[in-house]
Amino acid sequence: MGMTITEKILARASGAARVAPGDVAVVNVDTAVLLDLSFLPEGWREVLKVHDPSKVAIVFDHLVPASTVQAATCHQTGRAFAAKFGIERLHDVGAEQGISHAVIADRAYALPGSVLVNGDSHTCAGGAFNCAARGVGGPDMLWAITTGTAWFRVGETVRYDFTGRLRPGVTAKDLFLHIAGTYGAHVNQNVEYGGPGMSGLSINARRTIATMGAELSAEFTIFEPDDALIDYVRARNAAKFDPVWPDADATYKERRAIDLGALAPLVALPDAVVNQSVPVSEVAGTRIDQAFIGSCANGTLDDLEIAARVVRGRKVARGTRFIVTPGSQAVFRAALRAGYVETLLEAGAVVTPATCGACIGGHMGVLGPDEVCITASTRNFKGRMGDPSARIYMASPATVAASALAGHIAGAEEVFA
Amino acid sequence: MIAPRVWCFGDNINTDLILPGPYLYRSPEEQARAVFQSNRPGWVDQVGKGDAIVAGFNFGMGSSRPAARSVRACGVGFLLAETINGLFFRNAVNYGLLACECPGVAAAFMEGDSAELSLEAWTVRNPRSGAVLAVTPVPAQLLALMRGGGLYPVMEARGLIAPA
Ligand code: SF4
Repeated sequence: MGMTITEKILARASGAARVAPGDVAVVNVDTAVLLDLSFLPEGWREVLKVHDPSKVAIVFDHLVPASTVQAATCHQTGRAFAAKFGIERLHDVGAEQGISHAVIADRAYALPGSVLVNGDSHTCAGGAFNCAARGVGGPDMLWAITTGTAWFRVGETVRYDFTGRLRPGVTAKDLFLHIAGTYGAHVNQNVEYGGPGMSGLSINARRTIATMGAELSAEFTIFEPDDALIDYVRARNAAKFDPVWPDADATYKERRAIDLGALAPLVALPDAVVNQSVPVSEVAGTRIDQAFIGSCANGTLDDLEIAARVVRGRKVARGTRFIVTPGSQAVFRAALRAGYVETLLEAGAVVTPATCGACIGGHMGVLGPDEVCITASTRNFKGRMGDPSARIYMASPATVAASALAGHIAGAEEVFA
Repeated sequence: MIAPRVWCFGDNINTDLILPGPYLYRSPEEQARAVFQSNRPGWVDQVGKGDAIVAGFNFGMGSSRPAARSVRACGVGFLLAETINGLFFRNAVNYGLLACECPGVAAAFMEGDSAELSLEAWTVRNPRSGAVLAVTPVPAQLLALMRGGGLYPVMEARGLIAPA
């Protein structure tokens, strides 16, 4: 009996011939990524031994540039830790700053066929790179950096096969909202994406979908590799890697086909991501105070490009705040060179440095009581972006940008007609 | 193991409800005081030592924050849910919170019931109704961590991290 992509990667990394659902696999970790939050005093402990400093990367992202004294203290602890153990991959405030999952993508730290852990739930973002990347907790991270290993329960796998192509103006976020709205949570399951339509999705589009796997409550979300992916990784990381395809006779819990050409823009209603997707028309006209584009899911160059396309030559509605946060400073620079930043600024958007920021209700875009926001980010939970009474709708960057112009929820159809 | 009192929660209880974002930067003690403050204010003063949480599907969905540690710090003896989010489950194992999946548990218990959990038979019994349900066994090596206080004591004993 064959194995899925996830099973093959976990088997290889644990030195076993095969693993199957129900097993606990203890695997060697190829890359362990620490964040600024990893160094919060409530969870961090003085580390006495690092298994292999070359396998560790540190990315300050939730609280950059430092938003509080405590944030600054986390950064100091992280810098001292990196210096003590000679960890070279330190993404401090500055040119290489970014949200960890965006930095991992920019630098191709998540190698195809490898195992990556990170103390953040959206680590499944690395699944776009055919990497078994999983968000783990603080103790897992200390364990991974000190022993070089991690444990995983092996779950069953649901496979999605894409056919066709997304229509103009329909984005990866809409595809995700379709999956989340139709199939709901995938607790204890792995999700794998492939099929003839997959290669029509850009690497950035795949990143959006893989990142949102956390919202499906999936264990691993992994894309099949293709030539575009392998070229992307080779151009950014000199390390050797070994991509993994599923066996032809792999066992899936279920196999679902999705015709990309049949999809339309969707909005998730407030307070939960899954089982909440409705057509834009159903909520169009809902007044908004803030529109946000950013996060590890929607801070890519593709997202800034489509936002700029929607707002070009137009103005953000009076009384509406439009906040755009690139995923990394590298993305910010690329968007600047391409002219997207200027277009957004001219329209009245605030473009912030790369950070988690508004996504987690941290800084630069926190919501007040009873405010309404439409966001292209990862989560719309109650209280996620600020006051618990705020209402958060979630949509694609195109829909968010169109809503910012209108001052209420609106579709972007006319731009793409 | 007997939980004197069962507290019932619904489906999709997320980590922002268990450990609200603004408390991420506080001490573990302050975090434990904030558990369920938006969906069930005052609960932390009502829950007693050894009580059980019974919940629906996908308990603990959301972030990697140490929400399981907060639940344990509230005095909860064990948690049973229809399904448990994988990341919350990892943290339950690694912070030493006894947490198991138990199909049918949400319908079998009412708030205020007691609950008898057996990790030998992998069952839970409701003394009020007499109902006995099968609890999904946790793999032995993970159960040992859960019951032994999680990963920190192991790392300390092996000299990998400094004692708190
Ligand atoms: S951008 Fe948002 S979802 Fe992504 S890592 Fe930061 S806080 Fe988490």
